[in-house]
Amino acid sequence: MQKQIICIICPRGCVMTVKKNNEEITVEGNACKRGKEFAILEMTDPKRSLTSTVKTVFKNCPVLPVRTDYDLPKDMIGKAMEEINKIVVTKKVKMHDIIIPDILATGCNIIASCDLSNSLKEGDNNE
Amino acid sequence: MKALFFMKAGKGFSMHQDMKTYDVTVIGAGPAGLGAAKSAYENGAKTLLIEREARLGGILKQCIHDGFGLLIFKEKLTGPEYAQRYIDMINKTSIDISLLTYVTDVKKNQDGFCHITMITQKGIKHILSKTIILATGCRERTAKQIFIHGTRPSGVFTAGTAQYYTNILGHVPTKKCVILGSGDIGMIMARRLTLEGAQVEGVYEVKSELGGLMRNYSQCLVDYNIPLYTNKTVTRVFGEKRLTAVEISSVNDDMSVIEGTQKIVDCDALILSVGLIPENELAEKLEVPIDEFTKGPIADQCNQTLKDGIFICGNAHHVNDLVDYVSKAGTTAGRCAANYINKERKLVKLQKSDLLSYCVPQYIDKLSEQKNVDVYFRSKARIKDVRISVTADNRVIATKKLVEIRPAEIETIQLDLSKAGNDILNIFLSCEKV
Repeated sequence: MQKQIICIICPRGCVMTVKKNNEEITVEGNACKRGKEFAILEMTDPKRSLTSTVKTVFKNCPVLPVRTDYDLPKDMIGKAMEEINKIVVTKKVKMHDIIIPDILATGCNIIASCDLSNSLKEGDNNE
Repeated sequence: MKALFFMKAGKGFSMHQDMKTYDVTVIGAGPAGLGAAKSAYENGAKTLLIEREARLGGILKQCIHDGFGLLIFKEKLTGPEYAQRYIDMINKTSIDISLLTYVTDVKKNQDGFCHITMITQKGIKHILSKTIILATGCRERTAKQIFIHGTRPSGVFTAGTAQYYTNILGHVPTKKCVILGSGDIGMIMARRLTLEGAQVEGVYEVKSELGGLMRNYSQCLVDYNIPLYTNKTVTRVFGEKRLTAVEISSVNDDMSVIEGTQKIVDCDALILSVGLIPENELAEKLEVPIDEFTKGPIADQCNQTLKDGIFICGNAHHVNDLVDYVSKAGTTAGRCAANYINKERKLVKLQKSDLLSYCVPQYIDKLSEQKNVDVYFRSKARIKDVRISVTADNRVIATKKLVEIRPAEIETIQLDLSKAGNDILNIFLSCEKV
């Protein structure tokens, strides 16, 4: 089996050719070893990071950006979005606070991408 | 109050003495401005940072996807995280920050100082600054600039506006949409809207090639089975109050529409990712010469424009692919503005190969201490296996091989000018097929 994979690890975006013969996987076209690791994972256990937003109760900050702390199995992204859409944040969380622990029993957490600030839309001049 | 005002105004010429004076004033607190302000401060300058929005961070606030910071922090960060890192560093300094402030006018006084007029929440304010760093970012091209015919329904958004609605306001502005333009923001919004339950009918690209990075094609379109159509564009919109459909036409390689290829696609939104243009209202006010290709000011390796004391960085200078490059440019501009002394420059134009569409900096200041220079450039067409070199008076001072260059991807080469002679007469950025 042969497959072309575009590497998503860095902006370079190497186009790699992956060959799978029984258990042996060979990778060509990668510029670095992270590319090879990514290509092998794509063939065996593809994973993706997920970024989204969760609702909050704060009027000036209706949504808070969140992300996964580790990559999720690719086929669980849709289910994870369903979980994320159920959440409403009621506390002034800080960057990297856990919003959903161990989402879908994957071992990955959904964490805040920034501090929940008071003044996302309008605010006082802090001068 | 009124009497006081007249008294002050009556003094006339002494007005300047009442004004706050800075070494460096940074206009815009996106990644370029944050980097510039931090670096100006670290180099000992009394610094003012002006931002028109309520929060620092610029466009990064709404870029909730990841992939930022790989070069500078060696980590994959989201936009808000990348911004927060700089905001946390800025908050540890004594940089003056003026939020919800809009600069309406800048003038250069005869003594060399810049007079800045701005509207703050407390009214109009004037300040003086030895130098200005323009970090005003860029604007998106709109429907008007690409000549789409038809009615004027709601539902035609730039990708950045759709992103603002979705990621800042929490309203997904479409149930079924068409995206025009395969730039990075367009592809990233295709994925984002799909994740939020909207149907993205397709991404249409007028050119024969993808507009953005290959990795975004892979992780945003391929992963979510969103089709990409090249050599196609939107030629008409339909709908009275709200968009109901768009007309798609095939185009030739010269972008002329092929008659008879029209197809109607039902949708409630058309999202445009059709290019970015540096924002240069203030630069124009200062009569800073603009590069015809980049649409941003012409500058030297210190990020100083052709007007002394006026610096430029980030997307206001030229549209970048990576925020890391923007922060680096901000850092250079901040340092050079802090160290600015009004002395003569000796500028040599950085000439470039005809295969390249532009390069920045456009000039090299021979007298500058800034010897390490990052040159950024783009190619006119897709070319495989090239050698990029910089030659100063027939001496090669930097060279690198690239597997491929594409107009959509910015490339960079580092120079050490101390390898060149003291008096450079000619400096050339070459691009040769190997």
